[in-house]
Amino acid sequence: MLEIYDQQIAFYLPYFNIPVNWTIASTWIVMIVLMIVSWLATRHLKTGNKVSHWQTAMEVIVKAIYGQINEVTKSNAMTYMPFIGTLFIFILTCNILTIIPEFKTPTASLSTTGALALMVLFGVPFFGIKTAGVKKYLKKYIEPSPAMLPFNILSEITSTGAMAVRLFGNVLSGVIIGSICMILVPFILPLPMQVLGLFTGMIQAYIFAMLALMYVSSVRADEDEEAAASPKKSLDIDETL
Amino acid sequence: MDLVAILGAVSILTAGLTLAGGAAAVGWAEGYAVSSGLTSLAQQPDEAGSISRTMFISLAIVETSAIYCFVVAMILLFANPFWQYAISAAAK
Repeated sequence: MLEIYDQQIAFYLPYFNIPVNWTIASTWIVMIVLMIVSWLATRHLKTGNKVSHWQTAMEVIVKAIYGQINEVTKSNAMTYMPFIGTLFIFILTCNILTIIPEFKTPTASLSTTGALALMVLFGVPFFGIKTAGVKKYLKKYIEPSPAMLPFNILSEITSTGAMAVRLFGNVLSGVIIGSICMILVPFILPLPMQVLGLFTGMIQAYIFAMLALMYVSSVRADEDEEAAASPKKSLDIDETL
Repeated sequence: MDLVAILGAVSILTAGLTLAGGAAAVGWAEGYAVSSGLTSLAQQPDEAGSISRTMFISLAIVETSAIYCFVVAMILLFANPFWQYAISAAAK
């Protein structure tokens, strides 16, 4: 009942004879799907009244993500947009593709979610130093007093682990509920459970992206300083699109 | 009862108790959080976006405890680390 995708071999790499497990294989499938869709959507970008359907859909997605990030950070949304948007779209695609039968979603494996959470762990110093400088970033760890230093470091690590386990557990519980329903009542009952799983997957993608945004944007320059230093830093998305 | 039977019984019992406790406590806590969120949503409908975003994130953080319980129960049931030891000890 509990399928461990990390231990199921999908295929062997030709010429090298290296086993590739289902987690990696389905991650590659999701990457290929995302790449093809974004290539199709950004092929003929243009401005004006008549734009393609692909471009309209892409603008809706990008603008929605931008709006959410802008609400949290208030400024500088474009700094976090590539990272947070990629996380959101990748997890969302993984979770939505679970409706395809036999698709082994990569987010139901702790290695994928652990890798995503590790990206957030390394994103905290990266974005912190990028936006606020080394001094201000390091100062975060001795606030409110230097005695809190071990706890602050510990909280970074545990929050990363919590993010990984949260996404993994939510998706895995959906998978397990589906398979239990298949054993008990295989006719109609698994369907609403699958719908519930889709809903949970979307919420989890949103929550993972939002929590990642809160962690990486926890260290920032003050709003006033930022606005005084570079008033045009928060670029308007309407001009860029 | 030999070691394997005891270990199996204890694992199943503990997994059930873990899920029961986790689900009960977290269900109560999430219900409380949602009720507070809905109250403030009814009082200030203009802040709907901000309130619902904060509510979802707090729900996720509360839910982490239940997810931990779920993962521990799954480990006890399907990937028990002491199972191999019990089988090898019983074979002796």
